Amino acid sequence: MSGPAHGAGALREHTHRGALAASDTVASALERADEVNAGRDGLNIFVSLDEKHLRRHAEACSGFMAHAEPAPLLGVPVAIKDNIASLHHPTTCGSRILAGYRSPYEATVVRRLRAAGAIPFGKTNMDEFAMGSSTEHSAYGPTRNPVAPDRVPGGSSGGSAAAVAAGIVPVALGSETGGSVRQPAAFCGIVGVKPTYGRVSRFGLVAFASSLDQVGVFGATVDDAARTLGVIAGRDPLDSTSADLPVPDYHRATDGAIRGLVIGRPKEYFPESLDPRVRQRCDAALEKLRELGAEIRDVSLPHTELAIPVYYIVAPAEASSNLARFDGVRYGLRMEGDGLRGMYEATRSRGFGPEVTRRIMIGTYVLSAGYYDAYYRKAQQVRTLITGDFARVFASGVDVLFTPTTPTTAFPIGAISDPYEMYLSDIFTATANLAGVPAMSQPIGRVDGLPVGGQFIAPHFGEESMFTFAYALERALGDEARS
Amino acid sequence: MAVTIHDVRHVAALARLGLTDERAASLVQEMNTILAHMDALSAVDTTGVDAVAGVGAGGLPVRADKGPPLPLTRSLDAFAPSVRDGFILVPRLSTHDTAEES
Repeated sequence: MSGPAHGAGALREHTHRGALAASDTVASALERADEVNAGRDGLNIFVSLDEKHLRRHAEACSGFMAHAEPAPLLGVPVAIKDNIASLHHPTTCGSRILAGYRSPYEATVVRRLRAAGAIPFGKTNMDEFAMGSSTEHSAYGPTRNPVAPDRVPGGSSGGSAAAVAAGIVPVALGSETGGSVRQPAAFCGIVGVKPTYGRVSRFGLVAFASSLDQVGVFGATVDDAARTLGVIAGRDPLDSTSADLPVPDYHRATDGAIRGLVIGRPKEYFPESLDPRVRQRCDAALEKLRELGAEIRDVSLPHTELAIPVYYIVAPAEASSNLARFDGVRYGLRMEGDGLRGMYEATRSRGFGPEVTRRIMIGTYVLSAGYYDAYYRKAQQVRTLITGDFARVFASGVDVLFTPTTPTTAFPIGAISDPYEMYLSDIFTATANLAGVPAMSQPIGRVDGLPVGGQFIAPHFGEESMFTFAYALERALGDEARS
Repeated sequence: MAVTIHDVRHVAALARLGLTDERAASLVQEMNTILAHMDALSAVDTTGVDAVAGVGAGGLPVRADKGPPLPLTRSLDAFAPSVRDGFILVPRLSTHDTAEES
């Protein structure tokens, strides 16, 4: 198998020492991308991959070689989700309505990656406008799970997760609105991090639901994800919602000990309906953490079951507003119609797929006169209660929470046709987005050969301690995490 | 609060979405099924509970109302279909062919 044989840290060291040329890293990753895309069961990970620009980015790494200290991600190829603006590839959000669209500006996260010596490596497939949990709702067709190609990789950032899981790149960027990094990370057996709302700039991230959206990272290991988050996090004057707080050295959290710290086990995330094998894997992970000296405490987040109804009112409502800009005048596709309204309607009905249309309809409905108080306002009030659940638990002395990331393992492609059943894939992840707290998924074992993800949730801007727990668990599980 | 075909047509018009009769009919069913799950919220006592205005301790700050913070990385000519006097010209509607050139 070709592709990067090293994690981000080792790639950086080898590139800086001259033991590995960035051009060879890129060539190897391209070879691996071709390999996994071949044949009837090709994974369909990338929607655009420009070899010429990739080789130019690799050459740009030579500019960093004179530095005494290696740049943080020197020579590391990073796959980018297709809703994050980059200059040398189209940015289409997996949608017909943005086919061929090239952004005139670059997302801050991509600029920071390049400044850190990383190589932006193509754009990855996704559910259209990040609306989905399986990467089946893309104008480019579904992406397959590298672990089991008859199954979904999760979504909406399924292409980025698959790029890491298939060994093409050690790290990738995704975006989270309700679990779109953690859920695919769990399904593909890798690490996925959703930072605190405001931790990472969203300048250049195509907006879906602005009170929830956040750029996230995938890594083959906790260290890969921690290094990448450290590069992209921090205040950005181009995004007024980005927090003006110092960024810790997340990858140094590996040195921390968890003895004496408290892990909450929220009972609502372990319902009787939970797959018993997923429960067993979570309990085994908690036992490892207990052996390392952490205290495991049963806690309750009583409004958890309301997260999906709240999320699927708030997110579509915000989406219906954000996606109004795609009207055939300023971006991408344009269909002829009868007059201006006819052109709008023809363009949008042709350009948006069924799931995006459904969510725009729901969002417009819950914001419309007569229904606003019953749906949108009510949902925002219940969201306050969900946020309060987390605040109370963390104020009681709990350092982090540990839960399953998803109720099940990856499901077969085409297996779920009921939209609400698909929405329930996010039941353990959407709460963190609603409350704005950071959370991450990491592999904790397999069931019938399919990966199971365990989730840590931390207080606002508690990423550093979250990584300390994740490192400790990763070390304690060793090969068990992937077997 | 069952959604009717009239509601679907009204909402689609608000959202500038053109729907075939078949798609509009299926959306009646889909929206009713989804919104039935949302009714769980009506049973929650939210008396005196504020609606979330922003997440995180800082809420949602706004930046100073100044000019553009960064120049474009490429000139307008490099990506806009047509430019005049610093403004982007959008394509004319085919149904407005008789409109006077401006």
